[in-house]
Amino acid sequence: MARKIKLQKKSASQLAVDALYAEAGKRASASVCCPVAQLKSFVELCLSQSCGKCTPCRIGLARAADILSDILSGAAEQEDFTVLKDLAQTILQSADCAIGFEAARQILSVTEASEKDFLSHVTKGECTVTFDAVPCSAACPAHVDIPAYIALTKEGRYKDAIRMIRYDNPFPAACALICEHPCEGGCRRSLVDAPVNIREIKRVAVDHAGNVPVPECLEKTGKKIAIVGGGPSGLTAAYYLQLMGHETTVFEQRAKLGGMMRYGIPRYRLPERYLNKDIDAILSTGVKTYLNTSVDEEKFAEILREYDAVYLPIGAQGANLSVEGADADGVYSAVSLLRSMGDKKAPSFKGKRVVVIGGGNVAMDCTRTAKRLGAKSVKCVYRRRIEDMTAQPDEVQGAIAEGCEVIPMLSPERIVKDENGKVTAFVGKPQIPGPVEHGRPKPVDADKDPVVILCDIVVIAIGQQIDSDAFVKRGVPAKRGRFSAEESCLCCEIGGTPVFAGGDALTGPSTVVRAVEAGKVAAAAIDDRLGFDNVLERTVEVPAAKAGSAPARGRIDAGERAAEERNGDFDIMACPLTAEEAAAECSRCLRCDHYGMGAFRNGRTEEW
Amino acid sequence: MVNLTIDGKEIRVQKGTTILEAAKKAGIRIPTLCYLKEVSETAACRICLVKVEGQERLSASCNTLCEEGMVVSTTAPEVLKARKTNLKLLLSRHNTSCTTCVRDGNCTLQELSKEMNLLDNDFPVSFPKKKWDEALLLQRDASKCVQCLRCVNICGKIQSVNVWELRGTGAGAHVGIRDGLSFGEAGCTYCGQCITHCPTGALSERDDTEVFRSFADDAELTTVVQIAPAVRTGFAEATGLTKAQGTEQRMAAALKKLGADYVFSTDFTADLTIMEEGNELLRRIAEKGTAAEAAKRGEKVFYPMFTSCCPGWVRFLKINYPDMAGCLSSAKSPQQMFGAVTKTYFAEKTGIPAEKIRCVSIMPCTAKKYEAAVREVNSTGGRDVDLSLTTRELGRMLRGTDVAALPEVGFDSLLGEYTGAGSIFGATGGVMEAALRTAYFVVNGRDPKADAFKEVRAESADPALVKCWRDAEFKLGDATLSVAVASGLKNARALVEAIRAGLVMYDFVEIMACPGGCAGGGGQPFTDGEEKAFARGKELYRLDASRAVRFSHKNMEVLKLYETYLGSPLSEKAEELLHTNQETWEL
Repeated sequence: MARKIKLQKKSASQLAVDALYAEAGKRASASVCCPVAQLKSFVELCLSQSCGKCTPCRIGLARAADILSDILSGAAEQEDFTVLKDLAQTILQSADCAIGFEAARQILSVTEASEKDFLSHVTKGECTVTFDAVPCSAACPAHVDIPAYIALTKEGRYKDAIRMIRYDNPFPAACALICEHPCEGGCRRSLVDAPVNIREIKRVAVDHAGNVPVPECLEKTGKKIAIVGGGPSGLTAAYYLQLMGHETTVFEQRAKLGGMMRYGIPRYRLPERYLNKDIDAILSTGVKTYLNTSVDEEKFAEILREYDAVYLPIGAQGANLSVEGADADGVYSAVSLLRSMGDKKAPSFKGKRVVVIGGGNVAMDCTRTAKRLGAKSVKCVYRRRIEDMTAQPDEVQGAIAEGCEVIPMLSPERIVKDENGKVTAFVGKPQIPGPVEHGRPKPVDADKDPVVILCDIVVIAIGQQIDSDAFVKRGVPAKRGRFSAEESCLCCEIGGTPVFAGGDALTGPSTVVRAVEAGKVAAAAIDDRLGFDNVLERTVEVPAAKAGSAPARGRIDAGERAAEERNGDFDIMACPLTAEEAAAECSRCLRCDHYGMGAFRNGRTEEW
Repeated sequence: MVNLTIDGKEIRVQKGTTILEAAKKAGIRIPTLCYLKEVSETAACRICLVKVEGQERLSASCNTLCEEGMVVSTTAPEVLKARKTNLKLLLSRHNTSCTTCVRDGNCTLQELSKEMNLLDNDFPVSFPKKKWDEALLLQRDASKCVQCLRCVNICGKIQSVNVWELRGTGAGAHVGIRDGLSFGEAGCTYCGQCITHCPTGALSERDDTEVFRSFADDAELTTVVQIAPAVRTGFAEATGLTKAQGTEQRMAAALKKLGADYVFSTDFTADLTIMEEGNELLRRIAEKGTAAEAAKRGEKVFYPMFTSCCPGWVRFLKINYPDMAGCLSSAKSPQQMFGAVTKTYFAEKTGIPAEKIRCVSIMPCTAKKYEAAVREVNSTGGRDVDLSLTTRELGRMLRGTDVAALPEVGFDSLLGEYTGAGSIFGATGGVMEAALRTAYFVVNGRDPKADAFKEVRAESADPALVKCWRDAEFKLGDATLSVAVASGLKNARALVEAIRAGLVMYDFVEIMACPGGCAGGGGQPFTDGEEKAFARGKELYRLDASRAVRFSHKNMEVLKLYETYLGSPLSEKAEELLHTNQETWEL
């Protein structure tokens, strides 16, 4: 009898199902939906994959789906919700394979995290989820009207596009280059092909708009607001408060404004002329600034006395040097290295062997900066896997392309120095992925010998501290250095003066657009708190959406200058879209402000 | 301008015109369901689909703009098929029970089904069932909702009240109450605009016609009916008569036919309201001075006296700006004045005991049902107005009656006379104008020209041309009186906010909750897609112009009421019967 063994070949049907799964993956990230309905779909998907051998999976998942249907239709009682959770527990305990028990794990996870939603369905027959009309704008922390500025850019109305962006974010130029674009994660175009290249479209508008004057400020209110910290959050708050008619003063510790955008983000990512353009526009609203002015306890007390409100976006400037041997000559904190770049006092790494410790974007900035400073070799060591890095994947790939090395699964043990106190080596302890915690495997010491990397320079890029002591001593609440505030950014009131906090000092080290968000929220809250209801109106007219949707076509990325060309200088790395590319990319926008829910909820807010 | 072709016809339209409006202009009908011009252009129902040449998929004509060179087909096979399928889908979720539906014969869904010759539905029918308190004057039957979202849009965009909301997502998405509140918590003003813009029977007023029958059929009871000014502008439509047939006198005859013992016009108490409210205004000015004087003194904010005859507005103000309730005129609305006078003066003069009288009002309004039930507004022991019916309910009671064949009769006397000033109460600006006519007389001792104050009338039916509010200044003796008029609650909100912010200062402000005033009231008959408030208002102004008497203070029966019963305006008796404490109403 012939053997029944043959080459594997995917059928057309199987290929279609594979494509379906890929689609499902895209849909999964596209929008905020009812957790009950999503869980029901997921359980049904899992059930359809079950082989049907075992009871918990074959019948248990089916019953779970039934209960979820009942919850959705309003037929379920509160008890059914308990039954669902118990059932999931049993499936988790007793299913024979991952098809069953992993499905159950998700049931438990979603029911726990979304209990409120389930109970609302069960007790009131009401879903708590509100559908976001325009997913990109909803995903953008600053809620910039993205379809509007894409449409304006498409029509060549670049100045209006900048006005439209500034309405929600006064850093169009900086964000055109360095925003981590969470907007794209929500882009509905990904259901057709891939998200619109929103950030590069913004750069097109920025590059072609020339100077765009800021709107006129509203009538003076006579209120004075102090802002401690001239980073993205502080300047955002200053901008909107000025427009609302208040008088703002920014106290900045360093010689120039911009915070981490100037003293953290390297110039090859954000050239000064872009940053200065935004800052000049913000200052043109009449913001007063005190540069080279540190705010200590005494100064803070004085500010509290003299101003009607205080905003504390002080950033996260403090270095973390918690590695043995960090006092050696040749050890830099990421903060100090990048700050010296901002101050144009760059050290020379010519011919040096550099080790960078860390896996975040800042570590990548240090790695690529070290390369550009002439280092002979740059090795970035990280205690987890590459896929666990918090750095943007593009950044990691970019660093590797530029000739840097990324060494994962190596935890810093100590820095070795010679008799003169100079760095000679980095010693790392090899790691192995342990149990998953918060979505990432926790690294644990592997049964391997320590690794010694000979080097001259070590840059420690593992977290930043918040220097909030001066403020905490005067009564501003904080936990482990981070300020505590309400959703409105209000921290406390000291001697009748309301104190607000935002940016990295509130959230911990985060992105520019999150800092902008906090600045906006704080500006609105300060205006409210001072008894005003100043409304900033959106006046730019948005081009009407055209009939029909553009068919599927590839997303265009302008890319970067060649790795071997760019790794020797600090000139801007990202290439701009050409006119042809910009037109094509703009036309990929599906205009969710007009189609779908946009048609109902008007697609945009006229004011905030 | 943009050139395009629709169904082979070359058309030239303004830039920014939708395909739907362009087709309409060219005489090409595209069926619609969820569409409500400029209010609801959500493209949700997908009935108004058309084919645009070169496009892979069909477009919703209601929110697709015409483009140069566009070639559109409204009848391509795929268009007709998609429309029909979408209608079938909607019907598969709709409780089709036309024979017992309040909207039978005036239902957009029914019309579309007829138009598309839909004789069966392949999709199994199932619809949501939701409990609704049958005692509420606003009734919602979720099983008939097609989620056109018009109610959401009207309540939000035109009234700024936002009772309704699209809640949930996916298959569970439904029209519900904002933020998951109960209906009572949502701040509904009972204006009824959601009812008059609902394309199906999902929204309606509580039907109280059986209560009327129980009054009329009881030989022991005397049924006294009052008919509001604006009802006559909707009567013909509600009963299927021509305008010529649907006269005021035939309306009176119809009510007699239904069993009313007396038929009066609320215009009578509209004149009475003017006497009270006009004098209240003058008293207020004497006490507090005018807005102009306040401005001269450098005062930053000045609260006016607001009219109080519209219960939707009164509720709106009390819910949203409770601190301003005291700014409302204490004069009761004409409906309530009528009830109070009927159960006292009328009872006394006719010798019919008040407890044997049932006072019924026919109103263009749904909120009047609420007002009649407010405890504080009743001053004769029980209810002054026992029952308030809408114009539509009147129409429903008259089904099966050959109204056109009824001989015309006059209104009864005693409370029957009315003037042109009373009639224009039903149009936005009418109360203001009527009050100014009488205030002028009180101050100057002579009548103004009847049309002297027509500046406060609505200027246009086109919402785009209607300002948030209209204002004017008039000389009244030595004083300068600043007045403002608004209709529609979004406009009212804007006006109130401007007053509170000190941006404007007025002495007297008239507000009607429904756009265009009572003529476009939530209790009026309606036809999908037609806004008739402005035209009906014009009709009221025509009636005003045709009246022999156009001043409330010249209403002889009103004067007789004062002479023989009330004394003078604002007298103690008048205060007791015709005024209310606005701050103690239950909401």
